[in-house]
Amino acid sequence: MQDIVSLETVYKIYQMGDVQVTALNGISLTIKKGEFVAVMGASGSGKSTLMNILGCLDRPSKGKYYLEGIDVSRFSKNELADIRNKKLGFVFQSFNLLSRTTVLENIELPLIYSKKLSQIAGERINQIMATLGLKEFQKHYPNQLSGGQQQRVAIARAIINNPTLLLADEPTGNLDSVTSTEVMHVLHDLNHNMGITIVLVTHENDIARYARRVVVLRDGKVLSDTPSQSPATPAPQTICERIT
Amino acid sequence: MPSLFKIALRAIMRNKMRSSLTILGIVIGVGAVIAMVSIGQGAKIMVEKQLESLGTNVLIIIPISTTHTATRGTTGTITLTAEDAFAIEKECSAVSYVSPGVRTTTQVVFGNLNWTTSVSGVGSDYHIIRNWPMESGRFINQQDINIMAKVCILGQTVVTNLFGTLDPIDKWIRVNNIPFRIIGVLSAKGESPTGQDQDDVVLMPYTTVQRKIMGVTYIGVTLASSVSAEARFEAIEQINSLLRQRHRLRPNEENDFTVISQVEFASTIMETSHTMTVLLGSIASVSLIVGGIGIMNIMLVSTTERTREIGIRMAVGAREKDILFQFLTEATVLSSIGGIVGVILGIVLSRLISYYGGWPSLLSPLSIAVAFLFSNMVGIFFGYYPARKASRLNPIEALRYE
Repeated sequence: MQDIVSLETVYKIYQMGDVQVTALNGISLTIKKGEFVAVMGASGSGKSTLMNILGCLDRPSKGKYYLEGIDVSRFSKNELADIRNKKLGFVFQSFNLLSRTTVLENIELPLIYSKKLSQIAGERINQIMATLGLKEFQKHYPNQLSGGQQQRVAIARAIINNPTLLLADEPTGNLDSVTSTEVMHVLHDLNHNMGITIVLVTHENDIARYARRVVVLRDGKVLSDTPSQSPATPAPQTICERIT
Repeated sequence: MPSLFKIALRAIMRNKMRSSLTILGIVIGVGAVIAMVSIGQGAKIMVEKQLESLGTNVLIIIPISTTHTATRGTTGTITLTAEDAFAIEKECSAVSYVSPGVRTTTQVVFGNLNWTTSVSGVGSDYHIIRNWPMESGRFINQQDINIMAKVCILGQTVVTNLFGTLDPIDKWIRVNNIPFRIIGVLSAKGESPTGQDQDDVVLMPYTTVQRKIMGVTYIGVTLASSVSAEARFEAIEQINSLLRQRHRLRPNEENDFTVISQVEFASTIMETSHTMTVLLGSIASVSLIVGGIGIMNIMLVSTTERTREIGIRMAVGAREKDILFQFLTEATVLSSIGGIVGVILGIVLSRLISYYGGWPSLLSPLSIAVAFLFSNMVGIFFGYYPARKASRLNPIEALRYE
């Protein structure tokens, strides 16, 4: 299988006044196409920094980051923006939808910046909205939706541009357990049926069980990297089959 | 890009109250500039038109020294005679026509109506000098002057007030109980640069006014015309030296008369009105700048408030340029709306001022276009800094912003 992500001894060092803080201390990590990886660790272990670097929101201080074989660790801000737009999808804990902007327009947002808001894209938006059960809400505003619905909008936005890597940063952190399960099922389906590679940050073991591989960080290093214990296998669903 | 425009418009509509207060400065600035310029233009056109109606080669000979009247204490020193006028016409090569003048204000009576007006004694070439066509009848001729004929020509205002719709030709009016036959009517001339109604006049042969009405032998303000507009300075020189010679003035003596050109007289007024336009225009542009600072202020607040939105947009792939253009578009749309409203305000304002203030106004499309473009430039100029600040945000920090 092709390597989607390949980190080679990546360091991230912040200068906080006179003190140097090492957030990532020489991490090496490879993620193959179609994997579903959970990243765990205590706060301050470097999870967020790792996500920022994987998500091309930040650049490593040292080391190399290959995304689909391309070294993006020295890309300019604009090049990174293009990578985020075309190859990455984000799902955040706090949804991060544009308020006072309709569901449909939130989902379209990445297409505006990739200048792909065409007829074909319109069909794709409709398909994705249909599969995620958002069609009836397309004219609604985020604050008119429940947390689970909002997170599904965020997922729809994340996958609209067919990303090679979906990054979910505590996607269930603001949700109750029932809704959490619902959202995890959606992610599971995206991975299982569509083959989208997912990296999930969580500190809940229940949520990490949906992944097939668990990476635990401590002090900016990989502490353990193991296949998931008793992976949660949700009842077979086909909701994502129609997404192409 | 239409979607950028849509995003900008939506952001503006989101906070209508704030947006309208923000554009108020631009509205007032653009409105004031347009109103001021159109009024200034109107005044200029009016003066130009009057200048044309006065004639560009008209010279005015005043029988008083303008420099020493106050010290001598004599405002009516009689220095000019009809012979002086004939001499000017005969001997000054740069002068084509001369019309001796005497003037008094008195009551004219027709039937049971009376009207107080200016009775002007003039020469037979007066209407040529003034470039003042007749509406009907004929003008005063040399024969009328020689025999001191009791004939007169009426201006339009006098006709309106004494005759209404009646044809005044060959009717008789009474001045000082003397009947005068009306031989002609002048066409309408309008206001002079100093705002006097030039049509409120009765013209008679100057000899008639001298002897039959005023009982004097001197002449007063006399008009002449130079052979061309360019020759007027030469004509003034010639008249000056001829009159000095005829009045036997020694080289160290001041002129006891004054010769001025109508053009110089009017262009002084024009210069004043031009200065006023420039002055008012620049005061108005200051409010445009102040309006621009208002936009910058609000855009800075807005970009801070929307830090998280900017973070989200960056996370899904917005480049620096995209964010920059988004906020720049917003500032420009904001100032353009201000510009449009300001143009409307300016048009309404200049109409109102010209309607109630009796000022003419001329809306020039150029001034509207310039004011509108300038408001756009203000938007771009003052919107650039906040937009650039927004575009340089760190996406990680922007996403974390509460």
